Amino acid sequence: MGKLNIKINGKDFEAEEGSTILDVARANGIHIPTLCHHPQLSIHGGCRICMVEVKGLPKPVTSCTTPVTKDMDVQTDTPVVIKQRETVLELLLSDHPLECPICDAAGQCKLQDLTHEYKIKGNRFNGEKRKVPVEEVNPFIRRDYQRCIQCGRCTRVCDEVRGIGAIQFANRGFNTKVSTAGDKVLDCIFCGSCIQQCPVGALTEKPSKFKYRPWETKQVETTCGYCGVGCSLTLHVKKNEIVRVTSREDGTLNKGNLCVKGRYGYEFVHSDKRLTKPLIRKNGVLTPSSWEEALSYTARKFKEIKQRYGPDSLGGFSSAKCTNEENYLFQKFVRINFETNNLDHCARL
Amino acid sequence: MSNSLHDLDEADVFLVTGSNTTEAHPIIGMQIWQAVRHKNKKLIVIDPRKIELTKYAAMHLRQRPGTDVAVFNGLARVIMEEGLADLDFIKDRTEGFEEAKEVIMKYTPEVVEKISGIPKEQLIEAARIYGKAERASIYWAMGSTQHINGVRGVHSIVNLAMLTGNIGKPGTGVNPLRGQNNVQGACDMGCLPNQFPGYKPVNVPENVERVEKVWGVKVPAKPGLTLTEMVNSMGKEGGIKGLYIMGENPMMSDPDLNHAKESFDSLEFLVVQDIFLTETAELAHVVLPATSFAEKEGTFTNTERRIQRVKKAVNPPGEAWEDTKIICALSKEMGYPMEYPSASKVMDELASVTPIYECVSYEYLDKGIAVHWPCNSCSIDRTSCGTLIMGTPVLHEEKFTRGAGKFMAFEFQPSTEWPDDEYPLILTTGRNLWHWHGGSQTRKVSSLNERSPEPYMELNAADAKKMGIRDSEEVRVSSRRGEITLKAVVSDRPTPGVVFIPWHYKEAAANILTINALDPQAKIPEYKVCSVKVEKTGGGQKEANRYSHYPG
Ligand code: SF4
Ligand code: SF4
Ligand code: SF4
Ligand code: FES
Repeated sequence: MGKLNIKINGKDFEAEEGSTILDVARANGIHIPTLCHHPQLSIHGGCRICMVEVKGLPKPVTSCTTPVTKDMDVQTDTPVVIKQRETVLELLLSDHPLECPICDAAGQCKLQDLTHEYKIKGNRFNGEKRKVPVEEVNPFIRRDYQRCIQCGRCTRVCDEVRGIGAIQFANRGFNTKVSTAGDKVLDCIFCGSCIQQCPVGALTEKPSKFKYRPWETKQVETTCGYCGVGCSLTLHVKKNEIVRVTSREDGTLNKGNLCVKGRYGYEFVHSDKRLTKPLIRKNGVLTPSSWEEALSYTARKFKEIKQRYGPDSLGGFSSAKCTNEENYLFQKFVRINFETNNLDHCARL
Repeated sequence: MSNSLHDLDEADVFLVTGSNTTEAHPIIGMQIWQAVRHKNKKLIVIDPRKIELTKYAAMHLRQRPGTDVAVFNGLARVIMEEGLADLDFIKDRTEGFEEAKEVIMKYTPEVVEKISGIPKEQLIEAARIYGKAERASIYWAMGSTQHINGVRGVHSIVNLAMLTGNIGKPGTGVNPLRGQNNVQGACDMGCLPNQFPGYKPVNVPENVERVEKVWGVKVPAKPGLTLTEMVNSMGKEGGIKGLYIMGENPMMSDPDLNHAKESFDSLEFLVVQDIFLTETAELAHVVLPATSFAEKEGTFTNTERRIQRVKKAVNPPGEAWEDTKIICALSKEMGYPMEYPSASKVMDELASVTPIYECVSYEYLDKGIAVHWPCNSCSIDRTSCGTLIMGTPVLHEEKFTRGAGKFMAFEFQPSTEWPDDEYPLILTTGRNLWHWHGGSQTRKVSSLNERSPEPYMELNAADAKKMGIRDSEEVRVSSRRGEITLKAVVSDRPTPGVVFIPWHYKEAAANILTINALDPQAKIPEYKVCSVKVEKTGGGQKEANRYSHYPG
């Protein structure tokens, strides 16, 4: 691919041939708002929020679909495009329920952010709003298409990235909506990639409903504890409770995509069945005890057995679920304190 | 894995065997699918079950469970016969080819068809696709290894890669998918009876010296027993009397659970450190409350040898302690005090005794650099997609770790149990998408439980018809070792004559049925083949599953 030069907002930039105006702007830190565009997905060009003006062209163009050409001269924030973006937003808002106080996306909603950025007040398009019932029969995903802005990111990620194609656009015109084949109850791999793509609150995590507001949470970057792929997880934590799991797209092997276990399998952490105290079997029954008692009793018993039957009568199973640090210390413990190499874990199981 | 996920899609042909990738390693399954769909790569699946991947595979070879050695020998033979072998690679990089050839040449497509049931035309075609590929990679998982001849099966897979020079380049390689999040790391850390950290044999004086220097005490140099050997020794003269288990639940994961229970019951002292009162903890004399992945600092090493950070997000409940704290406190009681101010300091020490982790430290990991072992240099590279990389994403680039790659070919050997009149079906166990291992975590997640609430057995439609079993009907499955009752799901996923049971559900633990037969080298139990019979209980048809068996 060759290189060419273009101008954005009066500044010169080198651009890869075949890239779009949006690509070049993003690569150089120039902000153009987008809704339907996502770098992992095919180009849709439907929302028209990313309009820019190009010198010599009669009308503004969508920057996410327009390839750069030699010596192109682009303006990203002229009064004309700002006016157009305002119109796009007003149109979207005219058919949006505006129930931000009870929407899980509030605070992380692109529509909210852009409405704020473009200072949209009042509403010139107070027309009829669609009435679409909420679909939440499944345990994972709440689909509230009244909030849908029809950007098509969910349908594209499901088809192009996940290979499932569980949801598509159905009907036309005013009644267009995202739907499953035959408008049946959603029955898919529940990977949640569509939720992560949704720029508004149309798709949200059902287990997280009413649990948090985004600004109340801290985010912790960690690694999934289930399979050996090792996806990166972002745990959203509110007051010592994990309330949601997402994943970063940059620098991670899974590029923001997870499976159902990684995204939803965190509830066990807060299960009331968790062990909270050491237990010692007394008269045949496991009885709560102090750490002090449990540790000294355990050490005494191990030492007794070692003395009576020799080191090779002791053994340790470590865990493929535990961390490297824990496994390292465990084998060190067994080799030094038990004085045996009777040591294994369930790699084979 | 010899290669990494960074270069996965550089393969032209993927050969996946013994891995239901879309359910057991979903994101790798997704990446393989993407390569097929968006980059026109070819996929060959060799698996008895009609798993999800077969939907977009160019070929699906359906072997009888347990016949992999014959199938891979057969593929190798066709590749040689058709002149598709990479003779330069064989000459320069390998040894033992002539001996292996003698074995391999016996496996004509006709012989393989007879043993495995794979039509000979299919075998030849698959061998051609693999053999002609510029770059081909092989992926496998427990479906290949959990057999009494599992190690032989793996050698026969590796033979195929060496024969075609598909090693040491991006998009090639021999890539076992490790099951649990940190199986790789637990092995790396030396939680093995015969190896210190970094796969250093315990009976080599130099290796003993290395750890003794850092630990400051003597360590035993005699190899110990494997997990399954320890379980088998319990209750016997000279066997294991006292056991310390951290975060394992053998009472769900061991084969032949009735026998395993007897073994654990015979222990004089059993300590289980876990986050739940698991089936194993219920048998313990002392139970120590530990922490989940969200309550501690540390690292996991994934299937592509990439070391990644685990971070503390919440406090542990009640008086539960971090596992490292428990181990150190117990060690002090035993007379060897251990103290570490942070997990990062543990990493620094382990890096000093684990040569493959030499340059690993939290400093790099916390910068988001992709660190793959062996990591013996601190130089940082950048991949084509901009990821910063340290260490070795592709193994064996110039030479194999042990010098020349050794061809090792073996004769096919039948499984321990084979169907007969009394137990006419083959049982194979495995995983599904919704749950994890013995279920101690995922069965406590309400959404996952709602999606997949109960145990079930996949039964081929033809077998179901013969036995008069309807979909969702309650059945009793029994083997020579025990029986369980669950729901039959009738489909065309298993081959006729084979039933499949996921082992996540304690109400009908599949491992009550499995056989305690081990691969002589790896000591892996033969989970993938034992014989069972299936009968109606008369309990009738239960409510059908609300969701499809595998959607999409
Ligand atoms: S959860 Fe995943 S599979 Fe289901 S609709 Fe969303 S993207 Fe598609
Ligand atoms: S549900 Fe969300 S992602 Fe899907 S089309 Fe509507 S707004 Fe876009
Ligand atoms: S999110 Fe799914 S695929 Fe990724 S590591 Fe976790 S269990 Fe594996
Ligand atoms: S972002 Fe360009 S049209 Fe939607």
